[in-house]
Amino acid sequence: MTTSSPVLPGIVGTPVHFEAVSLRFGSTLALDEFSLVIAPGEFVALLGPSGSGKTTALRALAGLEAATAGRILVDGGDITGVPTNKRDLGMVFQSYSLFPHLTALENAEYGLRSRRQPKAARREAAQAGLDLVGLGDLADRYPHELSGGQQQRVALARALVTRPKVLLLDESLSALDAKVRVQLREEIRQLQLRLGITTIFVTHDQEEALSVADRVAVMRDGRIEQVGTPEDLYLRPASAFVAEFVGVTNRIPAENLGDGTVRVLGSVLPVAEVPATEVPAAEVPAADATAGGLVAYVRPENLRLVVGAGAGSTAGSGVSATVVESSFLGSFRHTLVTLPDGSLLRIQHAATEALAIGTEVLVEAVAVTRVVAA
Amino acid sequence: MSAKPRHPLAPARATRIIILAVIGALFAVPIASMVEFTLRDPQTGGHTLNNWASLFAPDAASTYEVVWTGIGNSLLLSAFAVAVVLLILVPTMVYVEVEFPRLSRVLEFICLIPLSLPAIVLVVGYVPVYQFIGRTVGTDVWSLGFAYGIIVLPFAHRALKSNLDAIGIRVLSEAGRTLGDSWFGFLWRVAVPNLRSGISAAVLITVAVVFGEFTLASLLNRTNLQTALNIINWQNPFVSVAISLVSLIAVFLLLLAVSGLGRVGVRRTRRPATPTPVSPTPLRGTR
Repeated sequence: MTTSSPVLPGIVGTPVHFEAVSLRFGSTLALDEFSLVIAPGEFVALLGPSGSGKTTALRALAGLEAATAGRILVDGGDITGVPTNKRDLGMVFQSYSLFPHLTALENAEYGLRSRRQPKAARREAAQAGLDLVGLGDLADRYPHELSGGQQQRVALARALVTRPKVLLLDESLSALDAKVRVQLREEIRQLQLRLGITTIFVTHDQEEALSVADRVAVMRDGRIEQVGTPEDLYLRPASAFVAEFVGVTNRIPAENLGDGTVRVLGSVLPVAEVPATEVPAAEVPAADATAGGLVAYVRPENLRLVVGAGAGSTAGSGVSATVVESSFLGSFRHTLVTLPDGSLLRIQHAATEALAIGTEVLVEAVAVTRVVAA
Repeated sequence: MSAKPRHPLAPARATRIIILAVIGALFAVPIASMVEFTLRDPQTGGHTLNNWASLFAPDAASTYEVVWTGIGNSLLLSAFAVAVVLLILVPTMVYVEVEFPRLSRVLEFICLIPLSLPAIVLVVGYVPVYQFIGRTVGTDVWSLGFAYGIIVLPFAHRALKSNLDAIGIRVLSEAGRTLGDSWFGFLWRVAVPNLRSGISAAVLITVAVVFGEFTLASLLNRTNLQTALNIINWQNPFVSVAISLVSLIAVFLLLLAVSGLGRVGVRRTRRPATPTPVSPTPLRGTR
């Protein structure tokens, strides 16, 4: 099933299926029975550390790497054995990859030239593509006369002009400076929504992935660790790896109280569920287990600082700590505190609460993201 | 307009002048010596234009015919060796870089082999090969082009490899293929235009090597410019040096022409490489 673009006629949202795709580089298993279903018009980000297989998955879809097992289906058709130049996919690379000897317009029309379209038609389409990314006025510029952001826009236009079935973005923003990167990712998202084109975006930048994608697939060792909406990943991580990789988190020893609650930093907090993949319910330590038996993952915004009277006391909930660093980050502040046992905790709080280094505080946990066996 | 600031590591003006003078002398002194030698009168020891005049004397035409044959053969062999570089080496190098980058070092090693072998050793190896070539396609001078195609490999490979590394051919190839390009379409429309400087350098050096080659032609009994000059040298060394000078100028002009051909079709950009800042509201809808 496909959905038609309301903006560029000819562009449609196309479903993509990875069916147990494996890919080996010598003895290294880069993709291990990788499976993912992408709906028409969906924007999916593949997120993971270096070597997790995210780029390999994208390159397997593009045909730039040959899958050693499994199938890849685009719009229901098996393209696993189809050569790259026959797959009808648009790809934007990290390193711009514009053809240096061609102008922006000639670059944009290149795909249509390969398809032997008449010159007038391909010029018109290429100009429309450049207009779409806001570079219509710079059509006669050569790549070296354009900034990095502009070059990447031309690369985007070049990929879209051929009306591809799927748009593939391979770390496309990584080479840009921070400001242009944020601006361009927002523009890409707007454009994707308007065109309705199925898009797969590979990135190692979690903020980038969470901010633009409908769904994010977190990868590790060639497999998907969890796929879900950005909210799912952040608030309900399926594994300790996802909890640590997505967003900032604190690992704090916890004590299982046996009634669906755990004690963390002296506070008794409910645990919605303990996923079977991490700590099967039957194996959750008994109430008298030592504090080292479990580890709670607590986000910085779920830790609370108490300053002033009682801050140095260990009675009741919360534990005493000492501020070792405090960074102003605009709308909020990150403060690093050290506990009596020497461990460090990162806490996010209001920007107005400036704390001097050495200040005695009380730290409380107000919510737990995930609990795992230590 | 203020003067361009000097790079901190750039040599001082006086140093540059000395370097230029020394290098210039290295070229100029031998050429000036050759000119002076051609003006000597073998009888009196004085100076005369007779050696140059005899070059163009009608009655000496048959004497120097071998030179014209040698020049013609060297031109033919240059064309053959250039064809080997353009039609075999360039596609092979691009293909290896794109599809089998790990074999790039192996190819480099193979291409460097002729540089490590003395010409006389190469000839010993070529003899049975040329016996076969002679039996199958004849012993015409062009067949020497196979050997020349081999001996120019180290120089042509280096020129092309530098260019390939500079343009990032692998990523360009992937971009071309995702845009629907076939292998030959990419080679012709992207690789060759972007390898223009490397190809130009490879062709230049190939022509220069072929015009300066003596050993292979002499030992395999073919006539080229250098063997012809050697023959003339036995008859009249003064005229031989005069012909060498003329050849030097002719080859220099030929290399200039080759270099000029390499630039045909290159469009010059009109603006300096100063990118325009990114527009704050760049996205527009299609109408």
